[in-house]
Amino acid sequence: MSSVLFFIAAIGVISGAVGVVVMRDPFYCVLALVVHLIALAVLFLLLRSEFVAAAQVVVYAGAVMVLYVFVVAYVGGESDTIGERLRGPGPIGSGLRLGGAILAGALLTELLIALLGTGLEAINGYGAGYQPGPQAFGTPAYIGKLLLTRFLLAFETATFLLLIAAVGGVVLARRRGGLGEEDAHQVLTPLDLLRPRGTGTMAEGVGAHVVESHPGSHT
Amino acid sequence: MATTTYGWLVLAFPLLGTLVIALSYLRGAIPARAAGWIATGAIFLSFLAAIGALISLQGHSPEHRQLVSSLWNYASTVGIDAQMSILVDPLSVYMILVVSGVSTLIHLYSISYLEEDSGYRRFFCYLNFFVFSMLLLVLAGNFLLLIVGWAFVGAASYLLISFWYRRTTATRAGIKAFVINVVGDVGLVLGTYFIFKHTGTLDYLKVFHAVESSAHPAFGHASNNGDLVAGCVLLLVGAFAKSAQIPLHTWLPDAMEGPTPVSALIHAATMVTAGVYLIARMHPLFERAPAAQDVGAVIGALTLLIAGTIGLAQTDIKRVIAYSTMSQIGYMIMGVSVGAYAAGLFHLMTHAFFKALLFMAAGSLIGAMAGEQSLEKMGGFKKAMPFTYGCFIIGGLALSGIPPFSGFFSKDDILLVTGERGGWHWALYAAGYIGALLTAIYTFRMIFRAFHGEPVAEARELEQGHIHHAEVPTNPANGEVEDTDVGFPGPVHAIAERAIPMRIAMGILALGATGIGLIQIPKVDYVIDDFLRPSFATSPLYEPHTKNGLLIFGLVLGTAIGLLGIAIAYRIWVIKPGTAAAVRRRVPALYELFLNKWYFDEAIDMLVVVPGAVIGGFAKNTFERLVVDDTIVGGTTGIVRAGSAAVRAAQSGFLRYYAALLLLGVTGVGFYFLLQS
Amino acid sequence: MSIAWYLAVSAIVFSLGAIGVITRRNPLVVLLCLELMLNGGNLLLIAFSRMWGNGDGQILALVVMTVAACEVCIGLGMIVAIYRRNLPIDVDELRELQG
Repeated sequence: MSSVLFFIAAIGVISGAVGVVVMRDPFYCVLALVVHLIALAVLFLLLRSEFVAAAQVVVYAGAVMVLYVFVVAYVGGESDTIGERLRGPGPIGSGLRLGGAILAGALLTELLIALLGTGLEAINGYGAGYQPGPQAFGTPAYIGKLLLTRFLLAFETATFLLLIAAVGGVVLARRRGGLGEEDAHQVLTPLDLLRPRGTGTMAEGVGAHVVESHPGSHT
Repeated sequence: MATTTYGWLVLAFPLLGTLVIALSYLRGAIPARAAGWIATGAIFLSFLAAIGALISLQGHSPEHRQLVSSLWNYASTVGIDAQMSILVDPLSVYMILVVSGVSTLIHLYSISYLEEDSGYRRFFCYLNFFVFSMLLLVLAGNFLLLIVGWAFVGAASYLLISFWYRRTTATRAGIKAFVINVVGDVGLVLGTYFIFKHTGTLDYLKVFHAVESSAHPAFGHASNNGDLVAGCVLLLVGAFAKSAQIPLHTWLPDAMEGPTPVSALIHAATMVTAGVYLIARMHPLFERAPAAQDVGAVIGALTLLIAGTIGLAQTDIKRVIAYSTMSQIGYMIMGVSVGAYAAGLFHLMTHAFFKALLFMAAGSLIGAMAGEQSLEKMGGFKKAMPFTYGCFIIGGLALSGIPPFSGFFSKDDILLVTGERGGWHWALYAAGYIGALLTAIYTFRMIFRAFHGEPVAEARELEQGHIHHAEVPTNPANGEVEDTDVGFPGPVHAIAERAIPMRIAMGILALGATGIGLIQIPKVDYVIDDFLRPSFATSPLYEPHTKNGLLIFGLVLGTAIGLLGIAIAYRIWVIKPGTAAAVRRRVPALYELFLNKWYFDEAIDMLVVVPGAVIGGFAKNTFERLVVDDTIVGGTTGIVRAGSAAVRAAQSGFLRYYAALLLLGVTGVGFYFLLQS
Repeated sequence: MSIAWYLAVSAIVFSLGAIGVITRRNPLVVLLCLELMLNGGNLLLIAFSRMWGNGDGQILALVVMTVAACEVCIGLGMIVAIYRRNLPIDVDELRELQG
């Protein structure tokens, strides 16, 4: 029974992956990835990692993919056929794309040889035993205990990282002037006193333009 | 006061004079006129200090008359011990007396001569600096200070020759003098090196001691050691450049571009005698390197002959006197090279007197001519300028060696000692007398042409009591129009008959030129010989055995030749004025040779200047451009640029390119590990 | 099923992601393919965690997911910013950082 489920999930995973790579319209790619993620969650379940599977669906497929959907809807982007892509009118040329594809194939072959060849002797094919219980392998309690004891540092660092990412995302994507920034010219810091008159920051010296202050001038 | 303290004072006064006058430019604290008196006063004080040194020195016993005094330790490391020291001994005291004495008189003369010149203060500042340098050269106690003084003297000479700096002729002459002097400086420094290599020290007394103790004591078995000969010959190169001997003499006639007092001081009495002083001072070294002595003697003799012949044909009055200087220095060099130290130095003193007198008188004459220097434009000044004429006559008689004037005693003393050396030195003896004949001829040629005959317009103006002034001042050498502002001669022309300082200076020199000979009359008194003996105590050549026969023969011959020369000149230029032109027509090639100064300038130009310019041009246009700029510099930058361009190609900016490279790397690493297992 | 199957799937997904990164021109899709690669790694981690029987792999997989989320946030923010400046949304055209 688990084998059947495995194969269905595996096919789902791989076809989703192929879909992402192959499809023209970026929106379809996003949808293919969602399929891929759901199938991957099933595979996780088969491996007795309930919490991770749930996290995958909720976080990845739920939040990240929704974010993707919004952005793709906003930005759009071009689409091109595979043939076009492989031949490539771009300056890189078809050689690199084909070469890249071949490289990836080589990588795959290597990995398979490594894993399925000599690697097989190193692994215990069927894994460790499984004892069900309230804190069994893969349960949220199990994960939670690990997170708060052995992997506390990783946990906290990840939190911090999320915070940075959130702030960064806001800063990157904000509209200029939306936050009511001060007039850049008259801000004087003590460092300005050290600079000779008539010089500014390196950026100004190079000619990077100062930010305009009137809103919504784009598109 | 200790003797050496006098020596330091002698140096200090001119230096102070220089500084005071130089600083007087600030805020005009001292009026310009005072600069002249300050300078003269400084040198006069120096002269008094020199007299003090003399008296104090004579107070010591003869064996202890070589005193060294060191101010501080200049450089003291492994192998070199250089002190800031002076050597006060009879030779240096003699020299400082001559230098400071004649310099005082020339300063006095210049106060009137350069009146109203815009560079009045600058002149006296430079002049004081020059005297300081010369005194430093003479008083130096080791080779280091000698070289310093030597270089300073060359610099001062350059500054003074190109004093009227807006005249291109003057600046060119200054540069020529300086460049040739630098050649001499190189010789001097290299010579010092060789001597240092041979003896291991730079101090005079230590060097002499080292040389004397190693060589065979009797003359004739001199060591002729390679280092020593090389060192002495190189020192001679330095001496020749400074004393304007062949072949480094071409700067001296051009140096007449400087004001007349400069010519009188530098190119008659002091700087050009530095070479003579050098050879006399280094006598222990030269005596052990007879090859160098022979070189000196031959060059001295050649110079006196060649310069004499050139003097016959020159028309610029100052150049005639310049060539006579060259000739007389040739006598001195020849004298000290064959061992006639006292005689050569005595001639140095008498020459200082009568040559400075001649230059001063020439300056007075040039003033009457409103700056014109050519003999062809002069004539008949006898009535208008009696004092100047008298000075010329006295100077001329002294120069020609007529008794009882001083030149007679000194010149014949040199030739006497030369003759006594015997052997091939008889050729030098003969050359000396031929030179004396030439000297008499060209000296009186100059005097007769300028003062006898029909008075020219300027002379007539002066007889009326009015000094001639040109409406438009011009450069007498090339006729360029100039003005009387700074950098050019001033508007006032001074003559001796009107200016008291000039008359005093010339009068004292005339007395000296007449009477100084009396201190060294052969067989009667030997003041100079006795005075200088402690300096030359170790020299076997100092006491020649005077053969009475040769002495009397020499004296008579000298007088006869001098009178003969005057008579020839009188006949050619006074009695039958057309004779000179007739002679010239008979030997045109010879005349051309003399007039063009034996083509030395052209030869040096061809041998040194043109190849130098060619090499320089080649270096600049071809070598520098092709090898250095294109190959070395351009090549290096080209390689770097090409390399970085190649590397830069990897930074294409394409995201996927980078991703592909990453993937390639991962694949490669995985492959490696795959192979490992 | 033995773990090996899972590992094989993981390798395939990873390589597919790699091809996608190199081949696609739309930066959004490139990011998506990057997600694929990350997911392949995740699967591997979970599989080994099951094999060894301890939860380290799962924790790591969670952390990877977190990091992926952050990276997506920033990446998409950048693409939006690029879009706002009216620059072409094409990886080949965006190469101002070239040497």
